[in-house]
Amino acid sequence: MCGIVGLYLKNDKYQNSLGELFEPMLIAMTDRGPDSAGFAIYGDEVAEGWVKLTVRHVEEDFDWATLADQMSSVLNCKVDWMQNANVAVLKVNSDEASARACLLELCPEALVLSAGASIEILKEVGLPENIASKFNLSGMKGTHIIGHTRMATESAVTMEGSHPFSTGSDLCLVHNGSLSNHNRLRDKLKREGITFVTENDSEVAAGYLTWRLNQGETLKEALEHALKDLDGFFTFTIGTKDGFAVMRDPIACKPAVMAETEDYVAMASEYQALTTLPGIENAKVWEPEPATFYIWERK
Amino acid sequence: MKTFDLAVSTVREFNQALHDEKNIVTEKEWAATNPKGMHNIAVGLDADIAVDIHGHAGYFCAGMNKTAAVTIHGNAGQGVAENMMSGVVRVKGDASQAAGATAHGGLLVIEGNAGARCGISMKGVDIVVKGSIGHMSCFMGQSGSLVVCGDAGEALGDSLYEVHIYVKGTVKSLGADCIEKEMREEHIAELTGLLEKAGFDEDPSAFKRYGSARQLYTFKVDNASAY
Amino acid sequence: MSNEKNISLKESATFDRSTMAEIRRAAETGIYDIRGFGAKRKLPHFDDLLFLGASMSRYPLEGYRETCNTSVVLGDRFAKKPITIETPVTIAGMSFGALSANAKEALGRGASIVGTSTTTGDGGMTPEERGQSSKLVYQYLPSRYGMNPDDLRKADAIEVVLGQGAKPGGGGMLLGQKITDRVAQMRNLPKGIDQRSACRHPDWTGPDDLAIKIQEIREITDWQVPIYIKIGATRTYYDVKLAVKAGADVIVVDGMQGGTAATQDVFIEHVGIPTMAAIPQAVQALQEMGMHRKVQLIVSGGIRNGADVAKCMALGADAVAIGTAALVALGCNDPKWDDEYKAIGSAAGYYDDYQDGKDPAGISTQDPELSKRLDPVAAGRRLANYLRVLTLEAQTLARACGKNDLRNLEPEDLVALTVESAAMARVPLAGTTWVPGQKY
Repeated sequence: MCGIVGLYLKNDKYQNSLGELFEPMLIAMTDRGPDSAGFAIYGDEVAEGWVKLTVRHVEEDFDWATLADQMSSVLNCKVDWMQNANVAVLKVNSDEASARACLLELCPEALVLSAGASIEILKEVGLPENIASKFNLSGMKGTHIIGHTRMATESAVTMEGSHPFSTGSDLCLVHNGSLSNHNRLRDKLKREGITFVTENDSEVAAGYLTWRLNQGETLKEALEHALKDLDGFFTFTIGTKDGFAVMRDPIACKPAVMAETEDYVAMASEYQALTTLPGIENAKVWEPEPATFYIWERK
Repeated sequence: MKTFDLAVSTVREFNQALHDEKNIVTEKEWAATNPKGMHNIAVGLDADIAVDIHGHAGYFCAGMNKTAAVTIHGNAGQGVAENMMSGVVRVKGDASQAAGATAHGGLLVIEGNAGARCGISMKGVDIVVKGSIGHMSCFMGQSGSLVVCGDAGEALGDSLYEVHIYVKGTVKSLGADCIEKEMREEHIAELTGLLEKAGFDEDPSAFKRYGSARQLYTFKVDNASAY
Repeated sequence: MSNEKNISLKESATFDRSTMAEIRRAAETGIYDIRGFGAKRKLPHFDDLLFLGASMSRYPLEGYRETCNTSVVLGDRFAKKPITIETPVTIAGMSFGALSANAKEALGRGASIVGTSTTTGDGGMTPEERGQSSKLVYQYLPSRYGMNPDDLRKADAIEVVLGQGAKPGGGGMLLGQKITDRVAQMRNLPKGIDQRSACRHPDWTGPDDLAIKIQEIREITDWQVPIYIKIGATRTYYDVKLAVKAGADVIVVDGMQGGTAATQDVFIEHVGIPTMAAIPQAVQALQEMGMHRKVQLIVSGGIRNGADVAKCMALGADAVAIGTAALVALGCNDPKWDDEYKAIGSAAGYYDDYQDGKDPAGISTQDPELSKRLDPVAAGRRLANYLRVLTLEAQTLARACGKNDLRNLEPEDLVALTVESAAMARVPLAGTTWVPGQKY
C-alpha cells in the first residue's frame, strides 16, 4: 500500500536536474507511504567490462576506501568508489558475480542494494523528505528514476522491505497494491534459484521478473507472463537500463496516472505528484488501462 | 466572487467557508486556484452556490454535493462527485475512476473521458460523458441514467439494476445481465433532455440503449456461473 | 439424538446427520445455504479464561461504596466531539431492512437508557432510530445504501465498514422477502429482488486510498465526529496497524462469532478467527505503534455476559459491541414463540433464518403483522436491563481484582483453562507460568 512515482527523460534536456525534478514527486506521495521510501536512479553508466554495485553498510562512517583497496587487490582490477551517507557506489572493473563474491568475502555485513551498469538504488526507513535529503536526491543526475513511498501492509517496516526491489542487473520494480498468491510463488521461485531477503509480496513480483528474464525472455514477454501468474491488485513501475515500464492488473483499482511531453514521461499514483514538472499544464495526461503495460526505451 | 488560492489557503479553510454558506448564502460565486491535484476539494456542499476550481483536482472532488454547481476546469481524480445528492458537477477535462460512484441525484457532466467504474452503484444520478468510459462502468448501477458519447470499456453495466445506459460508440463488452435494449420514443426524449442539460450537440438517434435483463434479480441455480 | 434404541447404530463423526442433510439440500436446490446468526460451531472462547480474584497479594474493592468506573471516551484522536459512553457495551451495526423498524427503535431506546451508543447498518438511518438513540454511529458501507450527507452530519460517529466477523471479505445480502416498499425506497432498489451488497468500497481500495476517504468524511463533517474503522478478524495484527495509519479514531474488530442477517453458511463457519484470538493481536499492534488507549479498540463477536465483557477489557479492549445478544434480549429465539418457530421448520433457540423475514418474534422481519409483535418501548427496557446486568457483572469481576476502572483489568488478571485458549489469549495456563508460543 503505497505511492509510486517515475520520471523518464526522452532527451538530454533535463538530465542534470533529474533529481531536482524528482524530489517533489517523491515527497508528494508521503501520505500514501510514510513508513519508508526509496528510489532507483539510472545514469552515470560504467564502461563495458565494469560493474556498478550500490552497497549499504549500517555504519555511517564505514571505511569504504580500505574496502575498495582490498577488493582491488583481491580481484586484481581497478575499483572506484563514491560514498553517499551510509551507502557507497562501487565501480569494479570486473564481472558482477566476481565483484559480489569478493564483497561477500571481505565484508559479509554489507548489503548490495543494486547491481548493473547504470542503476543505483537508495532506500531507507523514514519519511520521504528525510530520505531525499539524506541521499541528496535533488543534486542527482541521470536519465530516469523510479521511486516509492511505503505504507507497510504485512511485512516488516525495514530498510530491506523498502522499495525499489532489484530484479536483477539494472532492473528494479516498485509496487502499489497487494498480491494474493505471492507465498506459493515465492516457494516456486526459490526452487528455481531466486533468492529473497524479505517476506514482502512486491519482492516476489521483482523475483518473478528476474526469473523470467534469466530465462531469456524480453521485458515484454516477462510482463505478459506476469499478468497471468500474479494474482491480486497491483500497479507496477519497472526501471530498466534503457527505459521504464508501467503495468496495471486487470482489476485496476490501485491508482496510476501518466503524463507525457516531448521531453519526458512521468507516472505517479496521484496527479498531485506530477504538478511540479515543467510543462505539465500542456502534457498529455492519462490513466493506464487495466491488464496493460507500457514500455519506453532509449534507443 | 470569492477566490481561495490553495497554494496559500488550506482545503480545510476553503471547505469550511463553503459550508458556512449553508444557512444564508453571502456569496453566490466561489473559486479556487492552484488545486494541484489536492484531495477533497469542495466536498459536502449544501448551498445554492457556484464553485469554480481552476486546475486539476485530486480524489473525491465535490463528493456528496447537494444543490451547489461545481465546475472543475481541469481533470478530476478518483471518485469525483461520489454520492452526490443534487446540483451539478462539471469536469472540463478527464475524470479518473469511480466518477459519480453511488451518487443519488443531480447531474455529473464530464467533458473529457472517464476512467474505470464510472457510475459504479449509481443510485439516481444522471451522468453524461462527452468522451469514453473505462471498464466495469455502472457496475451494480441502481437507478439514474448514464450517457456516453464515446466508447465504453469492458463489462459495461455488470449486475445492473435499473440504470438507463446510452452509448453512442462501441461497447467493448457487456457485463453479466446487461443487454442491449430497444430505443423507444420515451428513451429518445430522456436522452435528448440529458444531452441538452449537459450542453452536448449530439444526435440522440445515433445512441444505443443498454439495460438490465433482470435475470440476476433473484438467486437462480441456472445463473450460478454469474454469481 | 441418541442411539439408545439400537446401540449398534453409529453416526459418522465426519458425515453426521446435519452434514448429510446439507448435502441433500445442496443436491436439491443447487445453491449455497444462506442464513443469519453467527458461527455455530464450537470455537475457543472466553469461557476458557478465568480471573484471578484478589486475596493476599492484591486487595479487592467493596461493591457500592468503592466505585469502579465504566465510562469510556471514544474517538478523541482527531474529532472535536468524541463520544462518552457510560458503559463500555455498545450496540453493533444492524440494518433497518435486516431488522424491523420497531427492533431498530428498541435498540436505540435500550442503548440510550444506559448511556451507550447504537449503530445503523447496511441500509441507511431511519428517523425512528435517530430519534430514539442519544448516541448513534452511522455506518459507511460499500453499498452506500441510504448514504447521504444530511444523515452523515446527524451522526455522533461514523463507522467505515471494511468487513464483519461473520464474513470478512464478503458483501452483505438481503433477500427479496425483506425488500419491502420502504426498504426498497431507502436503498433505491426494485422491490422484492435479492439484493447483494458489494464486498469492496466502490471508490477506494486499500489503506492508502482509505486515508484520503477518511479525510473526505472529516471534511464533510467539519472534523466534528469520530471516525471508526470496522474490520472482520482475520489478519488482525496487520489490519489494525493499517487502520491506525489510515487515520481511524476508533477501531472495531469483529470476531468470527459475530452475527449477520444473511450470508452463505460456508462463510459464517469457515472464515475469520475467534474473537479471543483477535484481541491480543489488535492490542499488540496498537501498543507497538504507541496508540493503545489513544485509538480506542472495540471488540465484538459472541459477547454474552459481564464475564465476557471483563475478559475483553482485560485483554486490552476499550469497549465491546453486542449484536446477537442484544437481539436475544429483545426477544429473538424466545421459547414463547416455539410453536411458530416449529411451523417454519425451526425451533426456539435454533432459529437462524433471518434472511427469510418470517421471524415470529417480529425482529428480523419486514412483515408488518409480525413487526407489531415487538413493542419497542418494552423491548428497549429489556435491552437496558440486560446492558445493566452486563455492566454490573463486569464491575463485580473488576472490583474482585482490585480495579477502580474496568480498563485497569490486565491480561495478568487472567489464566486459561486450555492450552489453545492460553495460546490465543496469550495468558498462562492456569496454575502455571506457561504461555504457549512465548518464551519464559
